[in-house]
Amino acid sequence: MSEAKTRSLLYLDGVTVSFDGFKALNALSVVIEPGEMRAIIGPNGAGKTTMMDVITGKTQPDEGTLFFEDEIDLSKRDEVDIAQLGIGRKFQKPTVFEQHSVRDNLELALSAPRGVFATLFARRSAEQDGRIEEVLATIRLGAKRDALAGSLSHGEKQWLEIGMLLAQDPKLLLIDEPAAGMTDAETAETARLLKEISKTRSVIVVEHDMVFVRALGVKVTVLHEGSVLAEGSLDHVSADPKVVEVYLGR
Amino acid sequence: MITRRLFLGSDRLVLGFIVVIVVLGILVPVLHLALPESHAFHVPTYLVALSGKYLCFALLALALDLVWGFCGILSLGHGAFFGLGGYAMGMYLMRNIGTRGVYGHPVLPDFMVFLNWEQLPWYWHGFDHFWFAALMVVLVPGLLAFIFGWFAFSSRVTGVYLSIITQAMTFALMLAFFRNDMGFGGNNGLTDFKDLLGYSIQSPGVRAGLFAASALALAGALALCSAIVRSKLGKVLVAVRDAESRTRFLGYRVEHVKLFAFTVSAMLAGIAGALYVPQVGIINPGEFAPANSIEIVVWTAIGGRGTLAGPVLGAVLVNVGKSYFTAALPELWLFALGALFVGVTLFLPKGIVGTARAALAVRRERRRLAGCGQGQGGGEGPALPAASAQLAE
Repeated sequence: MSEAKTRSLLYLDGVTVSFDGFKALNALSVVIEPGEMRAIIGPNGAGKTTMMDVITGKTQPDEGTLFFEDEIDLSKRDEVDIAQLGIGRKFQKPTVFEQHSVRDNLELALSAPRGVFATLFARRSAEQDGRIEEVLATIRLGAKRDALAGSLSHGEKQWLEIGMLLAQDPKLLLIDEPAAGMTDAETAETARLLKEISKTRSVIVVEHDMVFVRALGVKVTVLHEGSVLAEGSLDHVSADPKVVEVYLGR
Repeated sequence: MITRRLFLGSDRLVLGFIVVIVVLGILVPVLHLALPESHAFHVPTYLVALSGKYLCFALLALALDLVWGFCGILSLGHGAFFGLGGYAMGMYLMRNIGTRGVYGHPVLPDFMVFLNWEQLPWYWHGFDHFWFAALMVVLVPGLLAFIFGWFAFSSRVTGVYLSIITQAMTFALMLAFFRNDMGFGGNNGLTDFKDLLGYSIQSPGVRAGLFAASALALAGALALCSAIVRSKLGKVLVAVRDAESRTRFLGYRVEHVKLFAFTVSAMLAGIAGALYVPQVGIINPGEFAPANSIEIVVWTAIGGRGTLAGPVLGAVLVNVGKSYFTAALPELWLFALGALFVGVTLFLPKGIVGTARAALAVRRERRRLAGCGQGQGGGEGPALPAASAQLAE
């Protein structure tokens, strides 16, 4: 077993989560390698969001093992610990701090000491300003740096949230349905953004939109009833009759 | 350096309030002490005590604003911290009555003699020293808030459930303090105070001094809260208020952030209570009544939560109204308060200061748009370089 774990960024083995007898995750095993981008697809109720919840510490697994960078047992950590370890999460519904400016949103996300008193006495350094500008450039919201996040469009909020994850400087990004509710142009832009991000870190994207998944062009894991149904390139999995039956054929 | 940090960058309204309060804090005592009673500008004793009381309420509302307006914790039990601060001060004042009590006992306060107590309970020791009492004024409310907040916030009790348990907390304290065997004077509370720091509490000098101290405390608290709110932690407070789980997934310990704000706020409320008690001459368990805590929320909402200056204004305005109404039309006051709250909720949901600010911002925006013609509003900004290279570290 220890051999199987080596050189993985994220390692899930036999993870089971049940809610009142319903198995949201059923012996799920997934391995993400450093630098990899992975798309997770599956019909509603396949366990995609529960998987995110387990990885980020929001939900405790009933069974199974869950390791980050081969040796850190995530099942014993809470959300804050896991965030500080370097796993960032984007919610399905864009969640930004609407009463803060775009800049301030990024400043809060920027990796820095998170303690109460460290935060109280924190002064922004020139280096941090530089990092904020980098992220602003990456998410192409430079012109709106002083706008309130609440005034952004839906797509811009999604990008801002992705930008906040970047500012956090995580090793792994979990991104839940980034293209939901976006126009085609915004979807294309989001795919570009994610591809760019995946050059420097690992990304897991949960998505319904097949056009978007195709645009990403990465390995795909199909979830069904809480476990892996198929894994491989999008063409490979879409040719799989089981996948067609539960998901694509509908 | 610290003063610079405290004042530089405060918003102009808060800064204005600080200046006005400090000026009042000097002017009112001077006009009270230096001018003869016949002089037109003499401030009479009752007015000094009354306005000193308003300043204490303003400080209390400000304390609530820090947790409610900025961190989204609607405490319906802030009267408890106010009351505890008040009791700590009251205990000091009781110990300083000495042999001048009705029973003339050198150590025991009257109510203990009346209850046939032989000796001072352990928790009354030390309160004969002002410095000890002053320390307890902030420590006791702070400790209660810390312990209460620790359990509530780490169990992730939020929203209306949290409000209800804060209300239960102040109610429980009220019931406890009503009991004679608690050793705090039962339902009569603590009163008949004589001296403060060796001077008669009724003397004009002490009255003026208490007013000045209240003004100073309020101005200082405004500066402190304003510094907290402008710090990065202040931004985290607002982040917790608006998107708690987002904040948590960014790696902030939300419960610690809340605990900080709640404890600081409780300490400020304690100071307000301690300054209030010598000015009104009594503290009793009525201060813990849930209705009192709800009234603080009303002041804050009317003034405008999340603005710091608003709650100060709200507390003063509502209490001036209360003083007037309870004298002129006593039976109508509660209706007036209720109507005020309903009216503000319906028509000024951001309170007086919040609404005024929003109106100003709209006007400024309109002027800006009119001024610069079509401007650069909307659409994409100047093209920014794709930043794959900059992203790598």
